[in-house]
Amino acid sequence: MKESIFKVITNEQIAKNVFRMTLKGDTESITAPGQFVNIRLDGFYLRRPISVCDCEDGILTLVYKTVGRGTEKMSELTNGAQLNLLTGLGNGYNLEKSGEYPLLIGGGVGVPPLYMLAKKLIALGKKPYVILGFNTESEIFYEDEFKKLGCEVSVTTVDGSYGIRGFVTDALPQKYTYFYTCGPEPMLKAVYKSTATSGQFSFEERMGCGFGACMGCSCRVITGYKRICKDGPVLEKEEILWAD
Amino acid sequence: MGRLSVNLCGTELDNPVIPASGTFGFGYEFAEIYDINCLGTFSFKGTTKEARFGNPTPRIAECTAGMINAVGLQNPGVEKVISEELPKLKKVFSKPVMANVSGFSVEDYAYTCEKLDAQEQVGWLEVNISCPNVHGGGMSFGTDPKAAAEVTSAVKKVTKKPIIVKLSPNVTDITAIAKACEDAGADGISLINTLLGMRIDLKTRKPVIANKMGGFSGPAVFPVALRMVYQVANTVKIPVIGMGGVSTAEDVIEMMLAGATAVEVGAANLINPTACKDIIDKLPEVMDKYSIANLRDITGGIK
Repeated sequence: MKESIFKVITNEQIAKNVFRMTLKGDTESITAPGQFVNIRLDGFYLRRPISVCDCEDGILTLVYKTVGRGTEKMSELTNGAQLNLLTGLGNGYNLEKSGEYPLLIGGGVGVPPLYMLAKKLIALGKKPYVILGFNTESEIFYEDEFKKLGCEVSVTTVDGSYGIRGFVTDALPQKYTYFYTCGPEPMLKAVYKSTATSGQFSFEERMGCGFGACMGCSCRVITGYKRICKDGPVLEKEEILWAD
Repeated sequence: MGRLSVNLCGTELDNPVIPASGTFGFGYEFAEIYDINCLGTFSFKGTTKEARFGNPTPRIAECTAGMINAVGLQNPGVEKVISEELPKLKKVFSKPVMANVSGFSVEDYAYTCEKLDAQEQVGWLEVNISCPNVHGGGMSFGTDPKAAAEVTSAVKKVTKKPIIVKLSPNVTDITAIAKACEDAGADGISLINTLLGMRIDLKTRKPVIANKMGGFSGPAVFPVALRMVYQVANTVKIPVIGMGGVSTAEDVIEMMLAGATAVEVGAANLINPTACKDIIDKLPEVMDKYSIANLRDITGGIK
């Protein structure tokens, strides 16, 4: 974990209620895809945890959805704004288990961390297949970005306005060696039930500190409990205990 | 003896800054980013007789200048705290630590305190009779002078180290509780624990916190805490540790002027992980500004 000041370079809307922000700063402690940063915003007491979408050459890319007053305020920041970030938070995805044909399944604002993951997997010579799930066409983002990396991409929309009508689980390929997923909990549960291999899930929870001190985001797992912020947000399929 | 040093129940602290229980775990997360030996001491995660997972999530809600938590005393239980956490802590913290204890019966408190009292690393026991987030325990002991006294004397009987009783602000007259604890043998009083609070999500119309209510803390509660510290310090003769919304060196001095011997810092650690170090580094400058030669001389210095 590191606390440092980042400077906003760009901040633009890329889909309905979805923004992409690039920032310049000390990214040294960001070591794995699936980690997150915790952002301090003027006028808000708690920091905002946002997953890392990409991180290269000291440039951090965050793709986030405006879901409340804090993220709305974030969306109004412009070039040159300075932000206090805690970086290098969370465990991130483990790439070693991916096999030759990893499947990446993202839902809505769960898509961003899979981008850096796909990039790293391709760098390792793997062939990722990506399923991106959204409610409707206006919410879709990053289909082209994943394609440009060289991934095969399927997009699903619940209302059928684009791509395959239905849920991410309606687009599962025949063959894959492992999977990585991030998205809303109902989607994660569906993925858990529908997948044939082992895999890794990235979870979301309301956090106090984001670095393991407050026990605000604990969840039960097979072996006891884990803190989503520090021991997660990525959990292995085999250790998950669903709350209900 | 440096100019920041204070004496807490017979033990010298390098400075009065103490991270509050529940906001500092067992110190390791913070030891990753600064040498926590700069602290006066710290109060470790509230420990109970048995392991506890705590409350369902969400356990956290944001407020204006503060937050609500309903963690519910998640901890591995006293046996594991002694066998696993304390040895790990020893590697990153060489000073005596404050052991924070909670319970669901008078016997629970006595059992856990007796075990922790025997640990060399433990310098003080902070007995939490004020947790708002557990049912049938915690705060129920801290809202009745008789029950508070009962816990205090039971714990005193089985321990040798100073007993600091941590009080709840969720009472009509906090001085009556403080007095009862002093009369029962407490060596110090710490206050305030969190204020019982609540938030509702406008979209779902449900409470934000799964447990519905939780403990409100952060800068917003500072004036309430300061007032109660002032009242208690003017009622008891034993040392008082002030806490509640403390976030700056100025807040520390204000708490001490109100009557605090030492000061705990809670929620600020969660927002700014170096909060306590920043406060300690800043204290000499603020002392100079207000012509304070030695911090230990200002306790109760309000005019």
